[in-house]
Amino acid sequence: MAQDDAGGGATALRTDRLGRRYGRVWGLRDCTLDVPAGVVAGLVGPNGAGKTTLLEMIIGLLQPTEGQLSVFGETSHAPMAARLARVGYVAQDHPLYRDFSVADMFRLGRAMNPRWDQKLAQARTDALGIPLKRKVKSLSGGQRAQVSLTMALAKRAPLLVLDEPVSSLDPVARLEFMREVMAAVAGTGLTVLIASHVVSELERICDWLIVLADGHVQLAGPADDLIAAHRLVTVPRGTANAEFPGLIIHRTDSDRHSTVLVRTDPGRLAAPERPGWQAGPVGFEQLVMAYLQRSSKAPATNDPAQAAALPGPATKAVTR
Amino acid sequence: MFRFRLDGSSGVPPYLQLVHQVRQSLLLGYLQEGDRLPTVKDVAGDLVINPNTVVKAYRQLEHEGLAGGRPGQGTFITATSSPALPEAQQALRVSLEEWLRSAEQAGLSDDEVTALIAVARHDLKKERV
Repeated sequence: MAQDDAGGGATALRTDRLGRRYGRVWGLRDCTLDVPAGVVAGLVGPNGAGKTTLLEMIIGLLQPTEGQLSVFGETSHAPMAARLARVGYVAQDHPLYRDFSVADMFRLGRAMNPRWDQKLAQARTDALGIPLKRKVKSLSGGQRAQVSLTMALAKRAPLLVLDEPVSSLDPVARLEFMREVMAAVAGTGLTVLIASHVVSELERICDWLIVLADGHVQLAGPADDLIAAHRLVTVPRGTANAEFPGLIIHRTDSDRHSTVLVRTDPGRLAAPERPGWQAGPVGFEQLVMAYLQRSSKAPATNDPAQAAALPGPATKAVTR
Repeated sequence: MFRFRLDGSSGVPPYLQLVHQVRQSLLLGYLQEGDRLPTVKDVAGDLVINPNTVVKAYRQLEHEGLAGGRPGQGTFITATSSPALPEAQQALRVSLEEWLRSAEQAGLSDDEVTALIAVARHDLKKERV
């Protein structure tokens, strides 16, 4: 199967202590990632977390202030043309020339991209029932998104970057858009990086997860490993934080008991360790939300000393 | 052709949901040895899920000896379904449905029913030890 051999252990995106400063303020700092080829990576974070800064450096719109970035081995110091050939990009508002027809957009794509695949572009629009002669301005929002996606796919770049691609679409168009992305991944072993606010929709789409907040990576790694490295434990109220075998990510206290999300070695807390404790797995959405809430409440988590002490495979992904 | 479904609110990871569905369908006789499972691309498009998730589920099924890949043809069910005595299963199901109905009449929620079953099973296991 395509996706079996497409990865082959290659790295799609690597960043090493990547940072970008705007005047005095850092938009993103100490960002170290190692995203393997063939995954669909979800990039989650509140507004202002540094998502757009990261994406714009990946697609070559922004230069890093510090650190390293490479996409399939091409670093940010390589000639722009070589780097850009490796990344397809769909922006949030699906920018296309309004007065161009779909065929005109494809002509533009062919002129600008040496590896342009006209057959693929036409087959896709045929299958979706979008007439080539139709002007962009008379397409529906969903069709415009599909044409943008087609432009990015026909470029034949191994990394596809999607910035909130469905936020402006209705539910049916959202589903159709993601269906096309998933089909492209299945057919070609494409690597996808998708930034989204809709955490609930990411679980079925992503097998890799990056949580950004306050300009720092909070969590990164294979989604299943991250989930296996966390347990949700219900304990009697008053149980001290020090009693837990791992790092406390999130804690809510009610009258009688507390619910605590603990990051620990996979296999720990598989069964309740003490009488009165109940331990269970954490869901994808719950996990992401806990890290997002944690960062807004406790900016101290950005302390590298503390980050380095985190157990579990997530640490490896962050610090590798 | 067998079709998968996905419950977004169950909290069970998507790949495990796919594995469970094949296991259950084998037990219930909906799937039999030699049946072809849909291609990774079809499942990914149909459910709008990550194809890697489908690959992972199919690998797990192969690991459990329930399915096997044939190069160029797809993934096929390789296990014979041996539901433990269909009549016994049918009888259990009837009494279970009866029990569930009385639980509903008593005002128990789905969560409470699940919790009750978990506690009862736990106690039974303890008795045996």
